Amino acid sequence: MDNNEFLTEWGLTLMVFLPLAGALLLMVIPKAQEQMIKVVALGAALASGAVGVAVLANFNYDSSEELQFVVNRNWIEFIHANYLVGIDGLSVPLIALTLLITPLVMVYSWNHFPEPHNPKAFLILMLILATGMLGTFVAQDLILFFVFFEVVLLPMYFMIGVWGGEQRQYAAIKFFLYTLFGSALMIVSFLALFFVAGGDSFSMVELAQGVADRNAAGNLTLLTQVLIFGGMFMGFGIKVPMFPFHTWLPDAHTQAPTAGSVILAAVLLKLGTYGFIRVALFILPEAAVEWAPYIGALAVIGIIYGALGCLAQTDMKRLIAFSSVAHMGFVMLGIASLTTFGLNAAVFGMVAHGLITGMLFFLAGSVKDRFHTLEIKRLGGLLLQAPKLGWILGFCIMASLGLPGLAGFWGEFPAILSAYNPAPALSQGLFRTYMVIAAFGTVLAAGYLLWLFQRTAFGTPSEEFADTEIEDVRVSEWIAWVPLLALILVLGVFPNIIFHVTDPFLTAMGNTFAGLK
Amino acid sequence: MPAFLLQSVASTFDQPTIDFHALAPALVLTGALVVVLLVDLFTPKGSRGIVPSVAGIGILAAMVPVLTLALDGADRSMFGGAYVVDNFSLVMQAMFLLAAYVVVLLSTNYIAEGDYAEGEYYFLLLSALLGMLVMASSRDLVTMFVALELLSIPAYMLAGWRKRDRLGNEAGVKYYLMGVFASAVTLYGMSLLYGISGSTLFTDIAVAVARGDGFGDTTPFITLGVVFVLVGFAFKVSAVPFHTWAPDTYEGAPTPVTAFLSVNSKAAGFVALLQLILIAFIGRDDVVGPLMWVLAALTMTVGNLIALRQTNIVRMLAYSGVAQAGFMLAPLAVVGSNSDGARSAVVTYLLIYAAMNLGAFAVVLAVARKTRSAEIASWGGLFEYAPGLTVLMTVFLFSLAGIPPLGGWLAKFVVFRALLSPELTAGGVILAVVVGVNSVIALYYYANVARQMWMNPVPDGDRTPVRVPFSLAAAIALTLVFTVAFGVSNLATRFGDLATFLPA
Repeated sequence: MDNNEFLTEWGLTLMVFLPLAGALLLMVIPKAQEQMIKVVALGAALASGAVGVAVLANFNYDSSEELQFVVNRNWIEFIHANYLVGIDGLSVPLIALTLLITPLVMVYSWNHFPEPHNPKAFLILMLILATGMLGTFVAQDLILFFVFFEVVLLPMYFMIGVWGGEQRQYAAIKFFLYTLFGSALMIVSFLALFFVAGGDSFSMVELAQGVADRNAAGNLTLLTQVLIFGGMFMGFGIKVPMFPFHTWLPDAHTQAPTAGSVILAAVLLKLGTYGFIRVALFILPEAAVEWAPYIGALAVIGIIYGALGCLAQTDMKRLIAFSSVAHMGFVMLGIASLTTFGLNAAVFGMVAHGLITGMLFFLAGSVKDRFHTLEIKRLGGLLLQAPKLGWILGFCIMASLGLPGLAGFWGEFPAILSAYNPAPALSQGLFRTYMVIAAFGTVLAAGYLLWLFQRTAFGTPSEEFADTEIEDVRVSEWIAWVPLLALILVLGVFPNIIFHVTDPFLTAMGNTFAGLK
Repeated sequence: MPAFLLQSVASTFDQPTIDFHALAPALVLTGALVVVLLVDLFTPKGSRGIVPSVAGIGILAAMVPVLTLALDGADRSMFGGAYVVDNFSLVMQAMFLLAAYVVVLLSTNYIAEGDYAEGEYYFLLLSALLGMLVMASSRDLVTMFVALELLSIPAYMLAGWRKRDRLGNEAGVKYYLMGVFASAVTLYGMSLLYGISGSTLFTDIAVAVARGDGFGDTTPFITLGVVFVLVGFAFKVSAVPFHTWAPDTYEGAPTPVTAFLSVNSKAAGFVALLQLILIAFIGRDDVVGPLMWVLAALTMTVGNLIALRQTNIVRMLAYSGVAQAGFMLAPLAVVGSNSDGARSAVVTYLLIYAAMNLGAFAVVLAVARKTRSAEIASWGGLFEYAPGLTVLMTVFLFSLAGIPPLGGWLAKFVVFRALLSPELTAGGVILAVVVGVNSVIALYYYANVARQMWMNPVPDGDRTPVRVPFSLAAAIALTLVFTVAFGVSNLATRFGDLATFLPA
């Protein structure tokens, strides 16, 4: 077996399960050996990353619309579930994002684990989380997808509940119950889909084919498809989260420890939007057309509501959390347009939001570390006390509000533009209305973000902290942040790095929708 | 003349051919329980630990013929079809034996360290187990009833084993009265069925019940008989509204007995229900389906809602067990359109449930050795002084809640699967949504225990580590392996699929 063959057969599996192996290894290392625990954890994350890089380097970018590195093995035969993994242009950027974020978060936490400390348990949870996230992005079988999709719940629950802020227990259980409610309906939908599409495979490609065949033969009612899509909508929509299911998000984000918030923002929310494209739109295009106007409506409500919510916040972290609701609204608007253009914007938006909001949560964590508060009115003058920190915050805020030349722009602007010309089956008037509302949302976004920057970074330090010595950016923070900051800039200047990868797959999908009347 | 009479009587009696291989599991177990009594008699008072070992070895010895019968693979039928050995009975007998072995492991220290009669305890445990083995093989009303009583009567005594404890007495009496009442109801239903079909064999009853005629219009009698028999077993599986004995009995009984009741005894009830519904009443799914639909929906919803309010972990597990029974009843609601799917779903669920629920009880027993309390509040901060047990309990709890990749999710999945196939029906889809919503409610109280263990401070500040005796550790290890393996492999579904009935 030469190297390439080995990579094709085992690359994805290794990438997904190396973190889990690391977690198992950590379990047998005594708690007192902290240094060793950290090194092993980071080693596992980096090993997974190295395998991932090798896979991505051998990925054939000229045919990125095709599934590559496909492995198909029997798993639970009785329920026709297979271990079917593979990647295409849609999963590549998100896998890269996940592989990047996990080690960075570990480095950031290196010397200041949140109370009650216990790096062993914390890192075990983080590694399990990594396996869940990567697994979701490579799974091509619905049951496998579901299992990985759920695996992330437990570690996140404990991360918020044990290491979180004051309201941590409430936030943790709320997060758990909301997402599980969505998943319960989602799995019913998956099963219903399985049976209406022929009942012999959970492979996404085969299910899509089965649905298409039955649609062509006219023996699958639109109502059934719309209902099945509804169950998936609950599962993915809560995860995104879309208005009105978003209320778990501000609580979870605010209470989670910094590392948890970053992972939540950077990757976990993307599981929802990724699921929409990979599963719901891909398998049930006809139902997607029926749902798109409603999804679009909820998306723009989310944009405006999130923005207004931001304006009302007094806590910096909670403000960033609400801004996530608004940003994910743009992603969902791009998806709802059902065009190649909008879908590309959505995927770009996911990555950009992951980088930028992840960074913002890092910054919030660092501010909290130094000032022991995130209350906006008690802060101020950050640029004087810790200029580097202040300027990085400024940079990320500019990126977040969609300044051209930075990554945020390429998610937001094309998403709005895509609503101008939605798929032919959708009402143009309606989506143009959405477009106007969403554009107004960007103004609000600029408003609340700049206002945040002004109140925290400008002026002079408040009396409370005037005499406190504030440490500027630490080494571990530099290591964790520089890759993210660089990517925000690079992707802002060369957005084609991502568009080039995602476009072939999404063009095929866009063409499907263009063919539906 | 008398000689002639005798001769005529003698000539009508055919000596039944007895297949000793088929009876071997029950016979070995019978031998084991006699040995247990004798060993207890001849060992000096102080030497504890011998009897449970003998009981455990006896149970494992009974596993051997189950395995040889499985390897042999031939279906066997005796006594005119009243006692059979088929795939279903073998799978269920293996489950009963393994689960009972874990219960023996759970009991070892609890019984030895309390002031309890040890020999009699294991004797009764094995007797009840014998009833369960027979139950899995019975295909006739009389055999089934004998099995039911054989497994119930020792259980009544075991439930009241803490005889100097007020709650223990309540547990025993309540379980006994309710159980006897249920037996009477079952027996009445059986007599009606016998009256209509003229036979106690399930296969004969199936013909009569499906035909629906006989002496004029007997349909109402058939319906009554079917409903009464099923209701009797609904007591056994603690389905709402026949569940009221469960929480008090579970709380008052010694915890290993509670584990036994909530796993083995409940499984025995389901074994009986499966055989009755899928063999004897298969022609009357118009009665069985709606009845099971209502029972399932009520059981899971009410069980869950009451479980939310529990502050005692054993009571919480009791009500969660009620809710789980509701999930297991759900596939029986679609027995008319998907009888094979319903059978394999219930069997799969039983296997997974046995592993995860026994695991949870094992951890409860281990922790109670230190905290001396079953209040959920006493579990606070367990993670600080017993991280291993905390992680294990978390695994079992979230498996019960149905979070992948632990076993419980697959159990729920096969229920969904049975409800939604072969085609979508309104009843099936609605019940599936009810199951889904209930899984979310259930998560709350399971997560509540996890919250106590992980996130709350130690209530009395006592952080001495918990010492787990060997037998408990073995029980936990065994159940953990199965709980995880069931979730990530096709082990449980495979046995669920294999467990077919002897073709009529």
